[in-house]
Amino acid sequence: MSDQTPLDWTPSRRQFIAATTVTTAISVLPSWVYAGQADAVPLEQYLPEFLNATEWAFVMAATARLIPSDGHGPGAYEAHVPVFIDRQLASKYGAGSDWFMQGPHDPNAPPAQGYQTPLAPAQIYRQGIAALNAWCDKTHGKRFDKLALSQQDEVLAGVQQGTINLGAELRDFFSILLGNTKEGYFSDPKYGGNYKMLAWSYIGFPGARASFKEWAGQHNVAYPLGPVSISGERA
Amino acid sequence: MARTDPKKDVVIVGLGWTGAVLGMELAQEGLEILALERGEDRDTVPDFKYPNIADELKYAIRYDLMQKPSASTLTIRRTGDEVALPYRQLGSFLPGDGVGGAGTHWNGHNWRPQPEEMRLRSYTIERFGRQTIPDGMLLQDYPISYSDLEPHFDRFERMVGISGQAGNLNGKIIPGGNPFEGPRTADYCMPPMPQTYDATLFANAAKSLGYHPFPRPGAIASEAYVNEYGMQLGPCSFCGFCERYGCYNYSKGSPNVCILDALKRKPNFSYKTRAEVLRVELAADKKTATGVSYFDHRTGEEVFQPADLVILCAYQLHNVHLLLLSGIGEPYDPTTGEGVTGRGYAYQMNGGVQMFFKDKAFNPFVGTGSNGMVIDDFGINQIDFGREGFIGGSYISSGTTNGQPIRSMPLPAGTPAWGKGWKDAVGQWYGHAMSIGSHGSCMSYKNCYLDLDPTYKDQFGRAMLRMTFNWNENDIRMTQFMRVKMEEIAAKLQPDLMQSNFKKEGAMYDVRPYQTTHNVGGNIMGDDPKTSVLNRYLQAHDVHNVFVMGAGAFPQNIQYNPTGLVGGLAYWAAHTLRTDYLRQPRNLA
Repeated sequence: MSDQTPLDWTPSRRQFIAATTVTTAISVLPSWVYAGQADAVPLEQYLPEFLNATEWAFVMAATARLIPSDGHGPGAYEAHVPVFIDRQLASKYGAGSDWFMQGPHDPNAPPAQGYQTPLAPAQIYRQGIAALNAWCDKTHGKRFDKLALSQQDEVLAGVQQGTINLGAELRDFFSILLGNTKEGYFSDPKYGGNYKMLAWSYIGFPGARASFKEWAGQHNVAYPLGPVSISGERA
Repeated sequence: MARTDPKKDVVIVGLGWTGAVLGMELAQEGLEILALERGEDRDTVPDFKYPNIADELKYAIRYDLMQKPSASTLTIRRTGDEVALPYRQLGSFLPGDGVGGAGTHWNGHNWRPQPEEMRLRSYTIERFGRQTIPDGMLLQDYPISYSDLEPHFDRFERMVGISGQAGNLNGKIIPGGNPFEGPRTADYCMPPMPQTYDATLFANAAKSLGYHPFPRPGAIASEAYVNEYGMQLGPCSFCGFCERYGCYNYSKGSPNVCILDALKRKPNFSYKTRAEVLRVELAADKKTATGVSYFDHRTGEEVFQPADLVILCAYQLHNVHLLLLSGIGEPYDPTTGEGVTGRGYAYQMNGGVQMFFKDKAFNPFVGTGSNGMVIDDFGINQIDFGREGFIGGSYISSGTTNGQPIRSMPLPAGTPAWGKGWKDAVGQWYGHAMSIGSHGSCMSYKNCYLDLDPTYKDQFGRAMLRMTFNWNENDIRMTQFMRVKMEEIAAKLQPDLMQSNFKKEGAMYDVRPYQTTHNVGGNIMGDDPKTSVLNRYLQAHDVHNVFVMGAGAFPQNIQYNPTGLVGGLAYWAAHTLRTDYLRQPRNLA
């Protein structure tokens, strides 16, 4: 399913500057030796496994608005969240293979009755991105990733609030995209996101250290050590 | 073509806590026992080992150790007018899967019910009058008392390895423990764990208001410990990966760590994984079971396993499903109120107050699953049901646990869900928030029940289980009472910001957010076969060689986490089997 043509997504000048600023900001954090994500490549050179070029451009653009690069802390771009999302969609998560997906389906059921669309997450992305790009094209004459950042924010807010209606089967598209974006930001780097554990360093989560016996009784003292990952990277 | 295997004395369905307890106890009688577990085999190594287990995405978000709805699920509706729809992805509750069951991924909170909870109908009528019981509520006594169960609670607690502080030893109130608990004959087998900052702040505030804080009792070893089966626990490392994870450190009590390695050495015990029981087979007169039929996922064939004694030890929802599919007990009919199987499903009513402090550091990733301090000043035996207008109660607690950032990122109300505002907020508030939670009772009602779904089938073509459940006014009044008390404690801590999350009047059950895996009832225990499936020995009224373990036996839910009562009942049933039933198999009631 993947379309490994050269990518047409490039970071906007604003995002590039913001990313540079973040890199400078994090360099003042404790300088533990960083072993590196062995298989990590620069984001622009990453060849998606599931997403085609148009979808990749959407995910790059949308996640950069959901967790932007400006201000404190890494954005989705610096954290390689799009890589995480692409790999998840290529995995059993994307196929919804742990979930009961047999019919009959009632995608118009009350939301509190849970996930009722017949579509698995990978299909939701594929159809959701196509539908949203079509909406943007019709309304603004451009697909989502070509819109100005403020327009992208307006479109995302419209999908979130339901004022842009993509249909009942895609009702959860925004919440899945946002949920996956945060997962990619905060999960172990082995899944492709949280690059260099930037998000963990930003909030002060020590990752997989998982041994704090002497810390229970140390009250109101912030834990001082940086994170480690499952593969033993340090930051 | 079904295969028939050689007969066993006992077949156990499901190898979690109760299956392991019954397996061990009956193996000690020399019986030939086979346990059938539909999930995979699991053990600390390799399944829970460090560092692989410290993976929030895999275990806490994608639910690697849980039941997969693709393999087994149920349908849910809130009212009889609604069409029940499949629970397609996990949310509100997380049934376990595999050897050890939910006992591998619990937090370890271990409680005994209050003596009054075991006779809640009688207690309510004696103290507050029959008119206190609202229409539609099925309030029943458990057919067994706290004092009957006390030695069995004690045995379960010593087997699991509970760290805690007794509050009532043989009627004498012990400072620092829970003064409102039932009398225990002995203290916990290990001292309580040290407490984190948030728990200490909560305890101090509660004390200043005249309440009685005590450390939460939990299946988390505070020191090296060996139980009656020779199984060893090591002191907890406060790793923070507890609920939804297996323990890498042999510190959290689980069937795997506390029983199974000893049980597997018994030559008269064996178990099969990926063996999914389809139904209990009954003799022609329906008075006894002849064994069970199961699907062997390894060979792809159906197998009849003959046995003299069938013990259902699956999760509550699956036990009820198997009883309905096997024709044990008349199915409950909510329109007539007749029938028993599926009657009396209940859940748990919880709430919370979240507080934010700019200048306090809580290190939320530091914690055991059972970390925290508790007050029981608003427990069931401390509430005036007549004055307050509800039947029930809650314990109230605080203590960091499982503070990984995907699922545990409390942010102040009004924080944007995305964008710069969200990113700034996670940087500002992670590690600077604490919460106070209430964990409360949930009564049973005529309109909350389990039956077979008319539309949806499982992978074997069997009708799925259908749950009809909604929140009821009585329990909403209870949780709103707790909100007032908890906000008062929270205000004492003078947070920069605070917010509450409690069910409000008219709240409808929402299957999406995780609430609790404390599903109870549906095959309740009682003296009257017209209103219960099981007698006081957890023996089916109608089929005397079928015993059913687990929280399905609860006539209504207690205010506490159910495992301690489930474990006490399992040891009680095992004791009855060993000392009475095996000598003369019959209906014991």
